[in-house]
Amino acid sequence: MTAAHRRHPPSSGHGLLTVLKYASLLLASAVVVIPLLAIILTSLRTPGEMTTDPSPLSAPANWFNWENFQIAFTEGHMLRALGNTTFILFFSLLGTVFIGSMTAYAVDRFQFRAKKVVMTLFLVAALVPGVTTQVATYQVVNGLGVMNTLWAPVLLYMGTDIVSIYIFLQFIRSIPISLDEAARMDGARSLTVYWRIILPLLRPAIATVVIVKGVAIYNDFYIPFLYMPSEGLGTISTALFRFKGPFGAHWEVISAGAALVILPSLVVFLALQRFIYNGFAAGATK
Amino acid sequence: MLLVAFTHVPAVSMFVYSLTDWDGLSPTRNFVGVGNYLDLFTRPKMLQVFVVSLFYLAGAAMQIVVALYFATILSFNTRFRNVFKGVLFFPYLINGVAIGFVFLYFFQPGGTLDTVVRLFGLEPHLWLGDPDLVNTSLAGVSVWRFMGLNMVLFLGAIQSIPPQLYEAASLDGANRWQQFRHIIAPGIKPIISLSAILAISGALSVFEIPFIMTGGSNNSETFVIQTIKLAFNFNKVGLASAAAFVLLAVVLLVTWVQRRLIPEERVELS
Repeated sequence: MTAAHRRHPPSSGHGLLTVLKYASLLLASAVVVIPLLAIILTSLRTPGEMTTDPSPLSAPANWFNWENFQIAFTEGHMLRALGNTTFILFFSLLGTVFIGSMTAYAVDRFQFRAKKVVMTLFLVAALVPGVTTQVATYQVVNGLGVMNTLWAPVLLYMGTDIVSIYIFLQFIRSIPISLDEAARMDGARSLTVYWRIILPLLRPAIATVVIVKGVAIYNDFYIPFLYMPSEGLGTISTALFRFKGPFGAHWEVISAGAALVILPSLVVFLALQRFIYNGFAAGATK
Repeated sequence: MLLVAFTHVPAVSMFVYSLTDWDGLSPTRNFVGVGNYLDLFTRPKMLQVFVVSLFYLAGAAMQIVVALYFATILSFNTRFRNVFKGVLFFPYLINGVAIGFVFLYFFQPGGTLDTVVRLFGLEPHLWLGDPDLVNTSLAGVSVWRFMGLNMVLFLGAIQSIPPQLYEAASLDGANRWQQFRHIIAPGIKPIISLSAILAISGALSVFEIPFIMTGGSNNSETFVIQTIKLAFNFNKVGLASAAAFVLLAVVLLVTWVQRRLIPEERVELS
């Protein structure tokens, strides 16, 4: 549903109220933008400028001073981190989409004995907040022998995702069973039905899951932090976290690093705005 | 299906650990029964951790009120509404570590906030160094980060209210506040209560922002930071498991209370 297609409730047009309304909106926007603006301005300044004029909101002398970004990229190992994050994103999303949609297909379309048990397990799992069980999850990951590899987060992201199963379930329920039956008449087997009929029709649900899950993985800090302590395995979050030591007081470099991490989010947000709003609305309420 | 193991196996084994004095490495562990739980609740630091949660709870309450306000005004005719909506929502998409650094810089002595505050002729503060102020600052960051999400959820719910209702109300002479009170508020009640529950469990399990910004020093240690430290820095897996189990129980309790208070009401948002 897009806002533009709907009729808005009539506006009141009281002068003072309107002024107050826009004033509050501008104030809130300023609160959002000013901390980010400070980071961007600082990331473009040189260390010399930082000492002579420490005010964080001063403009850089040269607006195209990319030096800090270069330092962040090379010494902060951002490129490697980007590679690791992409690897984790790709396999986790692939796994989530297939496992989630297959599970939803199995649960919704077939009768089996343990169905009730499985559904209850899902519900309980949906209620357990992930952070709380890390202490014991750590032992499970250790036991599987994937500790300190890129597969640890991939497995965890794939395995702890109940929300996407629910999103898929909701969607599969709206696909008429007669479609399955028609295909079966033509001799299609379960797997063919899933592959040829269910999966293509699930495309909007897949988009939602990929967006919600992708943003969550890109921004996640504690799973890579706990399960991949070695330096070569930094993700975007942990690589940025490690800026804290070596660049100590060099705020211009830290700012450049933070700006580098925020930039992809901004691009994705601007490109996919509508999907993102709908995706999060769907993801949070299920 | 196998992969659900990552949620259920830990939850159960954690309860088992919580009854032992295991250090996470040695092959032997002794059964100590409820000893860990007694230890946990008699620690003076424990109380402190829950006091910290109160700051985040207050922040969460404020966040919902502010989100409700902006969702309401953005649902009426407003110029540039999509720009405002985007700006206010964007913080939710930013990487947590980046937010941590952004606000470390923001709260620095002589940093952005001090500069802005001085513009208005006020005194600068040690926003993160002062133990009385640090939790307010950190809770403020969490409001900054999550307000937009709540706003977008509320906005979606408000827009699914049929517009004829407002027209009828204005014909009856209802003003803005009355329209909000009698049409909007009841219409989006389920989503408000859902947000409240998410906010409560979120406030109890705050981790990222304070961990990155202060490492839990200066009175800013939260429950999860404490648990992680117990388990991975002090090797007290048993005790940490007990702590985690308490948190789990509290969150499940809150969720259960919510399910009882609000009977299954399906709200379609999109």
